Amino acid sequence: MSKILNKENLAPEIDLFTIDAPLIAAKAQPGHFVIARASERGERIPLTIVDYDRDAGNIDLVVQAVGSSTMEFCSLEVGDELLDLLGPLGEPIEIKEIGTVVCVAGGLGVAPVYPKAKYLKKAGNKIISIVGAQTEEMIIMKDKMEDISDEIYFSTDDGSLGEKGFTTDILTALLEERADEIDEVVAVGPAVMMKAASEVTADYDLDTIVSLNPIMIDGTGMCGGCRVTVDGETLFACVDGPAFDGHAVDFDELMMRQTHYQTQEEKAKHNCKIDKEVG
Amino acid sequence: MTERQQMKKQKPEERINNFKEVACGFNKEEALAEAERCLQCKNRPCVDGCPVEVPIPDFIDKILEEDFDDAVDIIKGKNALPAICGRVCPQEEQCEIECILGKKGEPVAIGALERFVADFDLDSDKEEEINSVEAKGVKVAIVGSGPSGLTAAADLAKLGYQVTLFEALAEPGGVLRYGIPEFRLPKSIVDEEIDYIKQLGVEVKTNVLIGSTLTIDELREEGYEAIFVGTGAGLPYFLNLPGENLNGVYSSNEFLTRANLMKAYKFPEYKTPIVTGKNVAVVGAGNVAMDSARTALRLGAEEVSIVYRRSRNEMPAREEEIENAEEEGIDFKLLRNPVKIIGDGDGWVKELECVKMELGEPDSSGRPRPIAIEGSNFTIPVDTVVIAIGQGPNPLLSKKTPELETTEWDNIIVDEETYETSIEGVFAGGDVIGGAATVIAAMGDGRKAADEIQAYLQGKNE
Repeated sequence: MSKILNKENLAPEIDLFTIDAPLIAAKAQPGHFVIARASERGERIPLTIVDYDRDAGNIDLVVQAVGSSTMEFCSLEVGDELLDLLGPLGEPIEIKEIGTVVCVAGGLGVAPVYPKAKYLKKAGNKIISIVGAQTEEMIIMKDKMEDISDEIYFSTDDGSLGEKGFTTDILTALLEERADEIDEVVAVGPAVMMKAASEVTADYDLDTIVSLNPIMIDGTGMCGGCRVTVDGETLFACVDGPAFDGHAVDFDELMMRQTHYQTQEEKAKHNCKIDKEVG
Repeated sequence: MTERQQMKKQKPEERINNFKEVACGFNKEEALAEAERCLQCKNRPCVDGCPVEVPIPDFIDKILEEDFDDAVDIIKGKNALPAICGRVCPQEEQCEIECILGKKGEPVAIGALERFVADFDLDSDKEEEINSVEAKGVKVAIVGSGPSGLTAAADLAKLGYQVTLFEALAEPGGVLRYGIPEFRLPKSIVDEEIDYIKQLGVEVKTNVLIGSTLTIDELREEGYEAIFVGTGAGLPYFLNLPGENLNGVYSSNEFLTRANLMKAYKFPEYKTPIVTGKNVAVVGAGNVAMDSARTALRLGAEEVSIVYRRSRNEMPAREEEIENAEEEGIDFKLLRNPVKIIGDGDGWVKELECVKMELGEPDSSGRPRPIAIEGSNFTIPVDTVVIAIGQGPNPLLSKKTPELETTEWDNIIVDEETYETSIEGVFAGGDVIGGAATVIAAMGDGRKAADEIQAYLQGKNE
């Protein structure tokens, strides 16, 4: 059982949890994820390891209450325990000195971008961050991103923070002005954003790492539910990724596969809300 | 010769609407009548047919004496999972095929008798008597809690070793948990048999992925003097056909894991969803294909078909499971091979394009080679396709353990005699060392590997 040591609300319906998980913390690297389950009836939820403290034996996870299982997860409080926590899973990204890395994070994508940016910074890289969300209120981990960035830009749909528009607008402008200075781009967020960011960087032939979030169950390569097409080949995001070359990913297929259970999810969420109201 | 007792089953029209066990088991009268049929032959060919050498005539004799407790003890001396084996072993190819009665008529229903005795034991309130053996103070790690791991764990615990069983999923059992459906193997039976293994002193650690959470090296550093790897065949094979990544196309592993492990058949009470729709095609004709097809039917599909490239004779599934599927109305599209999965334009599967096949000369597998009949393509309407053409070893552990030698198909290479891998003190058995086989074959490996592990540890600690 994995105890919740700390819980911090980051934005409406988005919480950061610090979990006691010494074995996972000992092995965690940027890019790794875990599969968590709050209770017996809940789904197995893949969550990126946002940060880890090997000495203390803790890992940080960010959860957005969007479906019935994540809503249940977010109802947990400090002292509660997760029923299941498995990890670290997936392949970590390579951390080395490259030069200047642009880190683009859309919405909840800050959670997977942060550890990559943090350790790339530690490895001696210059970090230019572009962080976007619908509104200022929905921008998460702003201070942490500022701490590890040499330069940081924000975008919001309503202009409440930074530029009004999308992260890719800022990325496009940045590349138009200073593409020569930039050696690599890391872009994580909704699939549509990662697709757009990869299209922008393709024009400059800039290496672009994305981190995919398909539907998963076991997270160990057993079910194939998370299969994605990369460079024409079917790969399993859970064991072959979740980080891939953004220029090789079939994002349209990913987006299509992410809708597989939309109808069922609405039903489960509806039931969950009824449970809450009745119970 | 008296007639073999037929086990009662839920009626097909009822059972397709529930996930309760199909076969009801013998009652006492049926068990006694069946036990009466055993000739108690001297040379006991049935025992030779059993991969774990259960002394079959002995336990049948105890049934006749109505001493069911002793009958259980006799089985458990050789088989720690009798209620599971009584249900899912292919007895017709193992013990029962050797039965002398089978030469002229029908063999003794050994599997059904094993199940009767095991269920009697599970139903009784009798406290399990565990013969306490002297603890050896020697730690052994078992990686994977499927049939081979459970058997090795039980055998080594009985010998006094301190056994820890590591499982990556949240509950132990491996394929017994995620693969075989409730209507063929109730999970309460799996729970009870694993409880017995825990009572033998085996510690079960779930949510630990060996290779990632802990490495083989770290297990050794933690003082495990021998390690058994029984990680099974957890990697699903796909057909590599166009359209295979459309929504509505599942591997059998995913389809069954959602239904069994995550209990998607109880959605939305359980939160993991599954989609079947009206028309389901299952590609393949092994036990896993039958399980997938019958699960789809119970999830509410109206038309479920098995699509198989050879004929009925070559189908790898147990005869009993094929019959069950036929009774339930599964449509067998034989000598048909899928060539393309066609989408509806919105990302969902709509049709399965197949080609008709004919059988040619035997191929390397000894079965007639299926040959496509040119120009015979046709489509069937489908909402869901389940790919059940087999599975291979999950390469995760071997990838993270480069010293562990594997074949090009990722099977772990072991010494045929000792089950030892390329790493000293690390043994392997079950589906990870050979192609996907049966529960009992994996248990046979677990048993033999446990013997070899004991010999290794005795040699080492002398």
